[in-house]
Amino acid sequence: MAKEKEEKRPLPPLGTWVPAVAVGWLIPGGGHFMLKRTGRGALLLVSVTSMFLCGLMMRGAMFQPQNGDLLTTLINTGGFIGDVCSGVLYLLSVWLGYNQPDMAGHVHDYGTKFLVTAGLLNVLAMVDAFEIAVGRKD
Amino acid sequence: MPKMTLSHFEAAFLFSLFSSVVLGVVTKRTDRDRLHYGLYTFACFLAALFGIGWVMYLGHG
Repeated sequence: MAKEKEEKRPLPPLGTWVPAVAVGWLIPGGGHFMLKRTGRGALLLVSVTSMFLCGLMMRGAMFQPQNGDLLTTLINTGGFIGDVCSGVLYLLSVWLGYNQPDMAGHVHDYGTKFLVTAGLLNVLAMVDAFEIAVGRKD
Repeated sequence: MPKMTLSHFEAAFLFSLFSSVVLGVVTKRTDRDRLHYGLYTFACFLAALFGIGWVMYLGHG
């Protein structure tokens, strides 16, 4: 119990980590570039962007939030959040008119998963950028 | 935007590769550990890919 209390540290001021996390959301690996972790930022940028582009080239579908039964809401809202987490990649593809309907076929299905996973991997990158920004990680 | 048509294996291989790189980069604290963990997760992805593939093949009869 005492050890638990020792390990809990107060959240540092927003100014120390919000810019890195925000840039990390907008540009995959951008938070790492901002924090001078260029090599890791480049790996994240290449991986997340490649995964997203593969998803687009496989004509994966973008999720839209939908209401209905619990499973429909969970899948579509969760998928939408995953898509949005890709940051500028998602925004650009939507602004440029990418609107692929959900179609049957394993390639389209993989494409949809690639698009969502790119966003989820970017969330991991944002968490890493947060930990670096607040000094919990080297 | 060109269209990409991949087999199940090719798509799963690419998925494993990109995911392993990110997992390796964000998880560990030293470059050596990051490389090891990235390779480990990639190997796990491939083992699952082949393992589950064989299970489905044998399950089909």
